[in-house]
Amino acid sequence: MIQPDWELFFGSFWPMVDGAVRGTIPLALTSFAIGLVLALVLALMRLSTKRWLSGIARGYISIVRGTPLLVQLFVIFYGLPSVGVLIDPWPSAIVAFSINVGGYAAEVIRAAILSVPKGQWEAAYMIGMSHRRALTRIILPQAARVSVPPLSNTFISLVKDTSLASLILVTDLFREAQQIASFSNEFMLIYLEAALIYWVICLVLSTGQGFLEKRLDRYVAR
Amino acid sequence: MSPADLPTSTSQADAAASAALLRVRGLQKSFGSNRVLESVDLTVGRGRVLALIGPSGSGKTTILRCLNGLELPDGGTIEVAAAADTDRGRVGQAPGRGTNTAVPVNVDFTVKTTSKQRADLRDRSAMVFQHYNLFPHKTVLQNVIEGPVVVQRRPVAEVTAEALALLERVGLTDKQGSFPFELSGGQQQRVGIVRALALRPQLLLFDEPTSALDPELVGDVLRLIKELADEGWSMVIVTHELEFAREVAHEIAFVDGGTIVEHGEPKQLLRHPQQQRTRQFLHRLLNPF
Repeated sequence: MIQPDWELFFGSFWPMVDGAVRGTIPLALTSFAIGLVLALVLALMRLSTKRWLSGIARGYISIVRGTPLLVQLFVIFYGLPSVGVLIDPWPSAIVAFSINVGGYAAEVIRAAILSVPKGQWEAAYMIGMSHRRALTRIILPQAARVSVPPLSNTFISLVKDTSLASLILVTDLFREAQQIASFSNEFMLIYLEAALIYWVICLVLSTGQGFLEKRLDRYVAR
Repeated sequence: MSPADLPTSTSQADAAASAALLRVRGLQKSFGSNRVLESVDLTVGRGRVLALIGPSGSGKTTILRCLNGLELPDGGTIEVAAAADTDRGRVGQAPGRGTNTAVPVNVDFTVKTTSKQRADLRDRSAMVFQHYNLFPHKTVLQNVIEGPVVVQRRPVAEVTAEALALLERVGLTDKQGSFPFELSGGQQQRVGIVRALALRPQLLLFDEPTSALDPELVGDVLRLIKELADEGWSMVIVTHELEFAREVAHEIAFVDGGTIVEHGEPKQLLRHPQQQRTRQFLHRLLNPF
């Protein structure tokens, strides 16, 4: 039986948390925020009656969902410099993750908008609202409720996917773990510890999702 | 011959009093290759109630939806007179709304219409839906004041006071803070009616307002509509309740195959229908077994 090196375990805990606080978490939050805005725009384009608008959105979503995130990340960080576009690791990561979230969340938001009954649009129009106002005041608040669970999924996936950023030299939780593991040779212990920290972050997010769902469900019969 | 068809040689006041509030001429609507409205003509006088009856799929709901701009007709004209002091709803201009009800609106759908024209037309009427279509994420009071405050930009305090008075009138004062799911169907529909009234329309449109209700809840809603009719609100009601139509309407129009087959005073039309189709419809409705 191998005795775990607890000193190493606790000694590497704070560097990894530091990596999470300065790398993983801000990277996930920023990319998710940008990605959501992008997703809303894409969802509305996709729902547009203008063929070319929905076509662009459809193509975007297809490409983003049909290619690996790691490939997207490498194209932006390692590929773009060869055509003269040099982007630092951090912005590269944010661009890649935002683009990725945008593609996935767009379908979620589109489905959520479509899930709101047609009668809600009609009632909004009846009281004199424009399309845009009906969307922002009547439809999106109701769509938000429906989209919280799937968007939470997207967000949790994103948090874990940010570990890929370590491959383009972003200092995050996983990169800290890699560095500690390689000089201590304690791969099992350190990577399990990294997994544990990711898990705790996701637990917190799941709890947040629960609160948000409860808050948005207060006007729904159960 | 309706008064509206008389030559306009009378004085302005007479003209305003006798002229029709709503005039629809040659209204047409197709969904793809399906002609839902062939050519519909109808007139509603000030303070009058028109009931539209007819088999399902006859186009009566489509007529109503065209009046409120929920459907865009392919042809025909819809004309609503300028608001007069005798109108129950809004008089003059709603501040900030950008539409002026002190002038008549006349929209010709045979040519391309502007969004301004369509907004002007929609602004004249308010609709009560079969399935209520209350906003589930807003409280009863928020549902009622949403249009007047957000769209018409009227002062919140004034609108709220008016909304509370209307809610009191329909016995729902204690429900003002409730969400729609907490109400019964009958209560929801009364909120739907209050929401329509709060918009201060010249014309109220009811789309089968009791069809989705449990039978024991129908009475309250019909009674409220009857009261509003007695107060002089101008209305168009699509309904299957013949008894109610006879009670409340000044005129009933029988719609079938996308056209008005015949129309007349309730007693006349229900007791002595002139057209074979009307007779068949009434027969089927009165003798279901």
